[in-house]
Amino acid sequence: MAKLALSDEILMKITNPARYIGNEWNSVVKDKKQIKIRFVMCFPDVYEIGMSHLGIQILYDMFNRRSDVWCERVYSPWPDLHVILKEQKIPLFSLESQEPVKNADFLGITLQYEMCYTNVLQILDLSQIPLLAKDRTSEHPIVIGGGPCTYNPEPIADFFDLFYIGEGEVVYDDLLNLYQSMRETGKSREAFLLEAAKLPGIYVPSLYDVTYREDGTIGTFLPVRDDISPTVQKQLVMDMAKAPYPEKPVVPFIKATQDRVVLEIQRGCIRGCRFCQAGMVYRPTREKEVGRLKELAVQMLKSTGHEEISLSSLSSSDYSQLEELVTFLVDKFDGKGVNISLPSLRIDAFSLDVMRKVQDVKKSSITFAPEAGSQRMRNVINKGLTEETILKGAALAFAGGWNKVKLYFMLGLPTETREDMQAIPALANEIAMLYYDTVPKDRRNGKCQITISTSFFVPKPFTPLQWARMYPPKEYIARAKVVNDAVKEQLNRKSIKYNWHEADVTVLEGILARGDRRVGQAILKVYEMGAIFDAWSEFFDYGKWLAAFAACGIDPDFYTMRERSLDEILPWDFIDTGVSKEFLKREWEHAMLETVTPNCRERCAGCGVKRFGGGVCYENQN
Amino acid sequence: MRAVASSVLEEVSVTKIRIKFRKYGVMKFIGHLDMMRYFQKAMRRAEIDIRYSEGFSPHQIMSFAAPLGVGITSDGEYLDIEAETSRSSQASVDALNQVMVEGVEVVSYQKLPEHAKTAMSIVAAADYKLFYKDGYDAPASCKAFEDGLRQFFVEPRTVMITKQTKKSEKTIDLKQLVYDWHIQQDGGKPVFYMKLSAGSVDNVKPELVLGALYQSMGLTYDANAIQVHRCEVYTKTEQRFLALSETGEPIM
Repeated sequence: MAKLALSDEILMKITNPARYIGNEWNSVVKDKKQIKIRFVMCFPDVYEIGMSHLGIQILYDMFNRRSDVWCERVYSPWPDLHVILKEQKIPLFSLESQEPVKNADFLGITLQYEMCYTNVLQILDLSQIPLLAKDRTSEHPIVIGGGPCTYNPEPIADFFDLFYIGEGEVVYDDLLNLYQSMRETGKSREAFLLEAAKLPGIYVPSLYDVTYREDGTIGTFLPVRDDISPTVQKQLVMDMAKAPYPEKPVVPFIKATQDRVVLEIQRGCIRGCRFCQAGMVYRPTREKEVGRLKELAVQMLKSTGHEEISLSSLSSSDYSQLEELVTFLVDKFDGKGVNISLPSLRIDAFSLDVMRKVQDVKKSSITFAPEAGSQRMRNVINKGLTEETILKGAALAFAGGWNKVKLYFMLGLPTETREDMQAIPALANEIAMLYYDTVPKDRRNGKCQITISTSFFVPKPFTPLQWARMYPPKEYIARAKVVNDAVKEQLNRKSIKYNWHEADVTVLEGILARGDRRVGQAILKVYEMGAIFDAWSEFFDYGKWLAAFAACGIDPDFYTMRERSLDEILPWDFIDTGVSKEFLKREWEHAMLETVTPNCRERCAGCGVKRFGGGVCYENQN
Repeated sequence: MRAVASSVLEEVSVTKIRIKFRKYGVMKFIGHLDMMRYFQKAMRRAEIDIRYSEGFSPHQIMSFAAPLGVGITSDGEYLDIEAETSRSSQASVDALNQVMVEGVEVVSYQKLPEHAKTAMSIVAAADYKLFYKDGYDAPASCKAFEDGLRQFFVEPRTVMITKQTKKSEKTIDLKQLVYDWHIQQDGGKPVFYMKLSAGSVDNVKPELVLGALYQSMGLTYDANAIQVHRCEVYTKTEQRFLALSETGEPIM
């Protein structure tokens, strides 16, 4: 058992000491003397959130399969421990060895949402690693960023030595081998970064130079050397059968957000919703083989002892072997103390039949994500779900005994009108009406309960809506009020509940999502002013951020209130996701024309990813 | 001791099992509820044929004898389960220890009589050992503590102290709740051994008892200096205290 980095005195004083002791079942402890490369993997949020993330579990398993690598984990210390580590100058430590993170060769940080950026600085700061990459020396780990936010890494470019763009399974081996061979021959940190930048998918920000025009937009974005490519190509697993998957995931002692086996059934999505970054950057859709998934389900339940398994993908209903897989899971595990938690499936006869087997109909709800209230608006965002489909699904569910419906929408979408907003409660009312019209009184389980939730739309890089403008916080709240007022006018208002998201945090997310390198100064500033855990409403302080932008001379509106022109150089244009900019422009124009683009299985839209040579692009072509 | 007929109990009748385990090292920071979750998962990993409740979210039939506070180590923790079928005690202990993390060790796995009450409902007392952690000195000599103990606890006929609960204060008599209390020396530092009333009725915490002694001696109690260790948990028969592990019998 490793000697703990924290004293009993500290551990007894802080909340949830179990976050910091490691020792979890299936965590990997290796003999340091046998190890050449120490890799610390970080999710910059609290342990319970970070431990729920599938990507880290995959990479942790993959790295630790190598006998020369020891991969460990670290998460953001909660503010109570943060203060103690700062005051007592205790360096942040990894969970397995309890040794300082700063002694590792690599610190890999996954960037899952923009609101974690101050936590990235917290991790570096508490690790006693210089916050700016340019201040680091051979004494410090190589700091790597990965995950969805690297599709625009520019706002945090100054803090990272390199970014890995794409799916981790592909070039990490090459990167680690390169590191090892260059270290053995005594090469410098700079020399390593230069060679690393030549690997596909690796972006070394210090090797690129950005110039700006007078209007603030980017003039040039170019490598500083001829031997560095001006574009960085997204890495993608094309052989899902050979891709590693953790058969023995780490089992936390404390209840993590995902306290269950997570079985990834496919990557990518065929749907092409125009607001969805994941749906664009993980193209093409690649399914996993159902036989392998069955094996994994059994192995992972056995190795963890979890009492629940859930399926993971962007759109599980589109997995072609879903029925076979779910039937297998229900037959194999139902009644054996294992719950099967289904992702939000398309509501139809099959999914309701399965839900009836694995859930209590009286307690559970059915979920629709129309994302927009009117058909016009849904055509703009290319969300294929129609009112007819929703009502048909709801009717089936009501007939089956369900009476709770959850509906998810976005407000602030491009071209949105008052009518589009008011269509949201109108749709909820239609569904409620259907319940009272179709379910006879004696068979009703009380009133039906329709819950509407709206978030505010944030345009993301590499989506067809990446050029769209956003709105000031008070405009978002005004739109939520339009919906709320319209709810009150509905006949079935007593059956409808409405929740809306916060507006300030939406605007900030928008700045960070589409910001350029200059935004980094404000992130540094706001961290110095004490901002951390911005993803947590109890800690988020919008005023602090506004002060930081002002102090750095940055106008946040430049990043949010402006519709970008189609020929502007966007900060993320240097990344090649395989989805062509021409396709995104075409889709933006289709959005403005309110025309729908069929999904990948209906008709290829020519987005460009066919050149990866696999996935849905080549289905039924042998 | 009655012999158990076969090594694998195939009969439909449910078997009540009492499991004893040790908790030490870093695991002392894992709280009671998380230990319950830990054992629920461990049961499945070890393929113990535990019984589940009925309904949409079935849970394992499992109960713990007495919650152990965060920071406390133990050689005598107990949990009861009901099993549909069971391997031998030895095979079950081995299977469980295969899936334990460092800091939890299963010591015994025994069958209980058919109508046995759960450990939780019969707990009457617990033994504790309190000692100074490395790097901490005792605030007084062993001799001073022995004198203090005699004056504070051994000689008086009643020892009334105030017990602070979440809602109110309660005055209790330690003479009624502390069944044994003595001091030994280890490396020149005192080690406090006590047998205390435990369970749902008159539970008394060892820190409270030692803190009262400190107070009587004019010392300030520093919880950080003391490691509390539970040695054993007992039920009470008419004649004596009986360790919970003595209430079952091995499955051969």
